[in-house]
Amino acid sequence: MSQSVSLKPLSKTALEVPFSGIRRFFDIAASMQDVVSLGVGEPDFATPWSVREAAIYSLERGQTTYTSNYGLLELRREIARYLNKRYSVEYNPDSEILVTVGVSEGLDLAMRVLLNPGDEVLVPEPCYVSYKPCVALAGGVPVSVETRSDAKFAVTADQLKAACTAKTKAVLLGYPSNPTGAVLSRERIVEIIAFARDRGLYVISDEIYDRLTYDGIHTCVASVPGARDITILLNGFSKAHAMTGWRIGYACAPEHILKMMMKLHSYTMLCAPITGQVAALEALKHAENEVENMVAHYKQRRRLIVDGLNKLGLTCHMPLGAFYAFPSIESTGLTAEQFAERLLMEERVAVVPGTAFGAGGNGHVRCSYATSVERIEVALARMKKFMDKLS
Amino acid sequence: MPKETPDEILTILARDARTSCETIAKMTGRTVEDVEKAVRDYEQRGVIKTYFTVIDWEKTGCEKVVAFIDVKVTPARDVGFDAVACRIARFAQVQSVWLVSGGSDLRVVVEAPNLRELASFVSEKLATIDGVTGTTSHFLLKRYKEDGALFFDSEQDQRLVVSP
Repeated sequence: MSQSVSLKPLSKTALEVPFSGIRRFFDIAASMQDVVSLGVGEPDFATPWSVREAAIYSLERGQTTYTSNYGLLELRREIARYLNKRYSVEYNPDSEILVTVGVSEGLDLAMRVLLNPGDEVLVPEPCYVSYKPCVALAGGVPVSVETRSDAKFAVTADQLKAACTAKTKAVLLGYPSNPTGAVLSRERIVEIIAFARDRGLYVISDEIYDRLTYDGIHTCVASVPGARDITILLNGFSKAHAMTGWRIGYACAPEHILKMMMKLHSYTMLCAPITGQVAALEALKHAENEVENMVAHYKQRRRLIVDGLNKLGLTCHMPLGAFYAFPSIESTGLTAEQFAERLLMEERVAVVPGTAFGAGGNGHVRCSYATSVERIEVALARMKKFMDKLS
Repeated sequence: MPKETPDEILTILARDARTSCETIAKMTGRTVEDVEKAVRDYEQRGVIKTYFTVIDWEKTGCEKVVAFIDVKVTPARDVGFDAVACRIARFAQVQSVWLVSGGSDLRVVVEAPNLRELASFVSEKLATIDGVTGTTSHFLLKRYKEDGALFFDSEQDQRLVVSP
């Protein structure tokens, strides 16, 4: 019989990082039947068939090996070509582009190569759930910079300045934004870059939703004058190409930064999965029409859901990017958590409380319109019933 | 020359003809009246030809016989293939008629309740039209995709109910 052992406690860092606020909702919603979900942070489209077919073909040919730590050179060349063509920004595919396991890994690597213990990172909120944990796991200190709905959740250089201290090391931008749908204008980015250069700060820019903008073309942060040499650009294939499960992203940065990221990546990940890389290559080369078609769908659904939410008295600005509406639920007198929980239990519509995304999220819920027109209409009808009951 | 961007109203209706003018108005940011007027105008101008439903008849137990018939035609002076093609198109059994490149001239889709009726249509009507010099029939054996709709099990939404 084994004797009882009194093990030493787990890592303090791991224990102190909180679970995501989304988790609890997932657990409840997953146990229920007939839920219409506006809580999903991924496209409702399957990966374009030509991309899947290319991956299947690569498996049939036995392409099942490791790749270079940096990723397949052909894919990096195609990424460089894409960034140059679309945003006129140049990265050397040999030394300035790293294929990662989604933007998530790129973000983790960026934090770990930039931060020393106690270094602060300015994080505009509401933001993607993993930004602050990634900073903390790398030994840094995330500093929330709260953005407001009346400013359409776009952070300003002045807000960042106000939060900046001698310990600040970097600014973490995530626009178009999950969960608010906010984007940054070119002028705003120019001001932020001027501020960052002035203080000697790095900029990490997560642009995974770059293709999902609906009123004008996205401005790539690295394309702004003076930005490229202080910026780590993160992007990937999950959203625009509907490839979330493939876990393929990429990081672009000046060689001396990217080399360090590649070093850590080579020890912790070795390389991104080859099948996903082959699929990503096909996606960049041949799936442009499919991307545009999906964007057209999102654009139409965006108008439908925003119109519907506003008619219900859940005031909502027209999001400029991503696939989320972020309405205010303050008129109901409920907190975001109460609203989301009651809506789920009483009308079986899943939304995510804004508090899951940090400061500024209270009084809001995130509604994803990465779902069909029919489902959005059912969700809105159920939400109307819910709102009628409340009034 | 840059290609014309299709009107969103048409792309939405092409995807799902049941989408109401109210929904289309919200999806496109136009007024309901504006959408209704545009749809009426498209119908009158013959841009919108008809609205129909893709049905898997086999699942209902009342499948029809369908044949794709390649038709060779001697073109006539002034009207080319049009006279013969229009003549064929008027038969109710004929679902589609296209002028195509390759070994034959017209590709005709014919639908009939049974094989006997289909055979008699081809031999008595189609093949006997002046200008038709030959026909080759291909019978439909199994549908995989028709008018954009898959006829095998399509993919279900397998996403988690809530994700970041």
